[in-house]
This record gives sequence, structure tokens and C-alpha cells, in this order.
Amino acid sequence: MTDLAFDLLDRLPRFDGFAKQTPYLKDPELKRSRKICPSLEDAIRRSGLKDGMTISFHHAFREGDKTINTVVDLLARMGFKDLTLAPSSLLSCNAPLIEHIRNGVISRIYTSGMRGKLAEAISHGLMAHPVNIHSHGGRVKLIQDGELKIDVAFLGVSTADCFGNANGISGRSRCGSLGYAKVDARHAGTVILLAEEIVPFPNAPASLSQDEVDYVVKVEQIGDPSKISVGAARITTNPRELLIARLSAEVMVHSGYFEQGFSMQTGSGASATATTRFLEGYMRKKGITASFALGGITGGIVDLHKKGLIERVIDTQSFDGDAAESLRTSPNHIEISTNEYANAGSKGAYVDQMDLVILSALEIDVDFNVNVITGSDGVMRGASGGHSDVAAAANLSIVVAPLIRSRIPTVVRRCTTVVTPGECIGVLVTDHGIAVNPRRPEIAQRLKAAGLPVMTIEELQQRAESLTGEPRPIEFLDKVVGIVRYRDGSVIDIVRQVKG
Amino acid sequence: MKIVKEALAGTLESSDLLVKVSPGPGTGLEVVISSEVMQQFGLQIDHVVRDTLARLGVTAGLVVVEDKGALDCAIRARVQTAVMRGAEAQTIDWSALS
Repeated sequence: MTDLAFDLLDRLPRFDGFAKQTPYLKDPELKRSRKICPSLEDAIRRSGLKDGMTISFHHAFREGDKTINTVVDLLARMGFKDLTLAPSSLLSCNAPLIEHIRNGVISRIYTSGMRGKLAEAISHGLMAHPVNIHSHGGRVKLIQDGELKIDVAFLGVSTADCFGNANGISGRSRCGSLGYAKVDARHAGTVILLAEEIVPFPNAPASLSQDEVDYVVKVEQIGDPSKISVGAARITTNPRELLIARLSAEVMVHSGYFEQGFSMQTGSGASATATTRFLEGYMRKKGITASFALGGITGGIVDLHKKGLIERVIDTQSFDGDAAESLRTSPNHIEISTNEYANAGSKGAYVDQMDLVILSALEIDVDFNVNVITGSDGVMRGASGGHSDVAAAANLSIVVAPLIRSRIPTVVRRCTTVVTPGECIGVLVTDHGIAVNPRRPEIAQRLKAAGLPVMTIEELQQRAESLTGEPRPIEFLDKVVGIVRYRDGSVIDIVRQVKG
Repeated sequence: MKIVKEALAGTLESSDLLVKVSPGPGTGLEVVISSEVMQQFGLQIDHVVRDTLARLGVTAGLVVVEDKGALDCAIRARVQTAVMRGAEAQTIDWSALS
């Protein structure tokens, strides 16, 4: 042998029995059951979680989630401190976390959004460190770029086998797509599945795959699927929201993108989801079908899919039981991760192929900048979601919102907080009229030619103010409570603590 | 107009308000306002309520407003209705309601 070969052999390990790296293979029982933990506490101990580490969750159950609060409660009882909480998002149901922030169990948060009492407390300065607010695509980017390093992911699934092959479309509490969880399963240091039901191996389909799962623990309930469509993902019967939905469907039809094979997405707001109801008639009349619908999927989209009007449904989050059931039964209803959905750092995000998207807004200003995170009182009450991701990539982004909400104007001179830059927004549809971004003169021309009520956004803003009166500016303190990260990781705005 | 008994107008629905008027403990006029949009519109609501009361000639009593983000026109209408009920007004002075 040459010297080179000797050098190499010196550095390589010597064979030391077949099970040196895989001792469990010597035990026929253990090799199958080694991932199953008798309790969540046991799984946490085995995960190696330490103070100061980062934990993550998915929020596919939205207001029905029963995993985040339960796990953090247990971590508090086990004495953990100074953790970074990095769920894909937080909702009103997460109010019990306030106590764990106060007692030092959680010291930092990354999330797409927050609502209810938790959001109010954070807006009023609950945390020493500001919360990082990211988009769904932006979250994956932060993970890939190394800023957000998930140490232990706690992922609720309705069924899993002993090896961790898991999905959200079988078993009892079915949330449908595990689009958020897929990202955590891939990137987290340790992955713990909280499974409602342990099913015989191999479980299929494997939305989360055995090669990414460390531990599996059986739990009583991971979430209540009936509460997924509570709140933002509700179905409206409000005539004003239906009026806006009809107008936005007409904008889609006359936008120039309503052609055979077009693609579409409707956000989670009431008017946005209702828009799909009005599209069917227009699609049939023109004799066209959509190639795909993307995003948070609702029963309305599924209905069009079943009727053959939408060929494929690309689902990163199922917004109701119909969507979850369609994902289970339709071969053309496809589950994707948020990396595939909207990550600007991904090698291919579905949003890049998008024609028409309907998006909601808490506020939109005369430069078309959109706020979906803070209320006009400066308190956080929403979520970044996929808003800025799809707006950036779609051929035409249509924002739908009532001109005023009770006495609060939606169209304002300046947004309280900017989440999506105005340069990405094409059209605003309100119950008082439609405004087109001056950057898109061709769209304005088409909508006017179709006889739609097009006016300037300044006219809409003045109309809103003439109804409500001029609001007094909100008073903020210096302390920064939220940092709004754009989808590429950059800081697009900050949220300050509200006074009082 | 003189408020002689307790009376209510309005609802607690979003975009509406509930107005409660009563003769009040003292001799003067007391207005108590709570609102979901107090931060942005508290002063404006107070102004509209007092202005409406002045036009109706109400100088004494307790007026409690619980506002759920109503527009000025709704605030005026609810205050007028509550006052007329509380004053047991049998005839309507239309010029005071304009």
C-alpha cells in the first residue's frame, strides 16, 4: 500500500460489529418501538431540550389548537426557562401563554401573527424582546438562513405509526394539510410527534415521513377541527361582504388574466373566501377552467374543484373540513409545504406561478401599502400569513375590504403598520368602489371598459373620512414590541408599544 | 326638554350604540361615554352627544352612552330617541332634530 492509503485508513473507523451505530437492531422489539415514548414528558427529556432553546409548532388547527398551550404548560411545570417560541402562527386560543411569558418560560417569539388577549398584552409591552412577525414563506427563509434554528418541534398529527409516518387526513381530529409541519419536520434538530392515534406501520400517506421524526407520543387530543374555520377563516352571510365578493369576482373576470388555465388564490378573509362563490357562474359562462387554486383552501374552492372548474388544488393549509376531506379523497388535491408554497429562498414556489389572488386588509393606504397585523388602535390583531408572499409573486393582487369597519376607516392616508408594500398591490375593491394602483394603468382601463365603479384611492380615502370623521392619531411609546420581517428577511416596519 | 324618567334607545350591536337617560341624582347634566373607538373618536363622540342634547334643550339628567363604533348620524338618532322617550314627549319638534 502507498503512504496515501495508510493515511486514509488511519483516519477511517474500523468495523466494530453490525450494530455499532444501530444498537436497537439487536433487539427485535426495540428496533420497531424505539421512537414511541410513554409520555410527552419522557419525549421532552429524550429530546435534550434545554433552557434557551427554540421550540416550534404548527397552527393548522387555528382557534381549535390544543397542542401549543398543553406543551408549553408542561414545559413550565418541568422548569424550562428562556425558550424561544416559534410556531407557524398564534391565535386567540393562545392567551394562556401570557402567564408563561410573565414567568420567564418563554422569552422570545417568532410568529406569523397573533390575536386576542395575548396580542393585546404583547402590544402593551409584555415582552422584553420584540416579537418577530414573518410571512409563511418568510418563516422558511428565516429557518434556511439560520436565524431561526428550531431545536425541538412539537407537531400534532391525527395519526402516526410507530416510526413517525404521519398525516392530518386520517383519524379523529383531522386538520388536513400539514404544510407548516412539513417544514419543521425537515429542519428541526429533534422532531416529536404528538399523535392522537398510533396506527399500524406503515401509515400512508406520509405527510411527515419517518426519516425526519425522532419520537412519537400518543396524546388525548391535538385540536378541535370544528374551530379551524372560526375567526379569520369564517364563511360570511353579511350582505356587505357578499357585495365586495361579487365586485372582486367581476374584477377577476375583467382583469385580463381570466383565461383558460388561469390560477387563483383566495385569502382567509370573509370577502376573499366568498369570492369563489361568484366565480362559478362567470367560469361556466366563458367556458373556462382554472389550472390550479393555491393556498389556504376553503370549501368554496373544493366545490369548484369537484365541479371540474379547478383542475388541481394545491393545499398548504386546509381552512375547513371540506378542504381536509377533499385532500383525503381527491388525487388532484395536493399537499405542499410552505417552502413549496411561498418561500422566496425556495428553488420553486407555487406563488410564482400565480395569476390572480384575493387578499384581505385591516388597513390600506393611499400608496396601496397594506396592514394586516395591527388594528387602527395600534394593537396587534392579525397575521402576516401568505399576504406579502403571494402579493409579490402574483400577476395581479386584489385587496378586498369594507371601506369602514364600524367607525374605523379601512382606507387611510398612512397605514399604522406596513406588511405588504403597495408596489405589489394592483387593485382595491371596497363596498364603495374600486381603486386601481396607478402602476397598473392597463388594469384600470379594462375595469372601466367593463363598467365597474373605478375611482382613485384618494377618493375612497376621503369618502371613508367623511363618514367616520378624522381619527385622532394613536399614541405610541418608544418601546418596540414587534418587528415586521418582509418575506426576504428584511425589516419592512416595526410596531411600538401602545400608550395606555 | 326635561328628562322625567329612565329611558333607553339603541343596541349593543357593532356600529350601533346604547343610550340610557335618567333624571339623574343632581341638578346638572352628566354625560358618561364609553366606546370601542374611544382612542380615535372619544372627543368627537362627546361633542356630538352634547350638541344633540343642547339642541333638544336638555340641561339636566344623566346620559350614559355605550358606543360600539357608531357613525355620528346614528349617535344623534339614538340620543334624540332616548331623550324623547325619557321626557315622555308627545309631540315632536322637528327643527330640534335636524
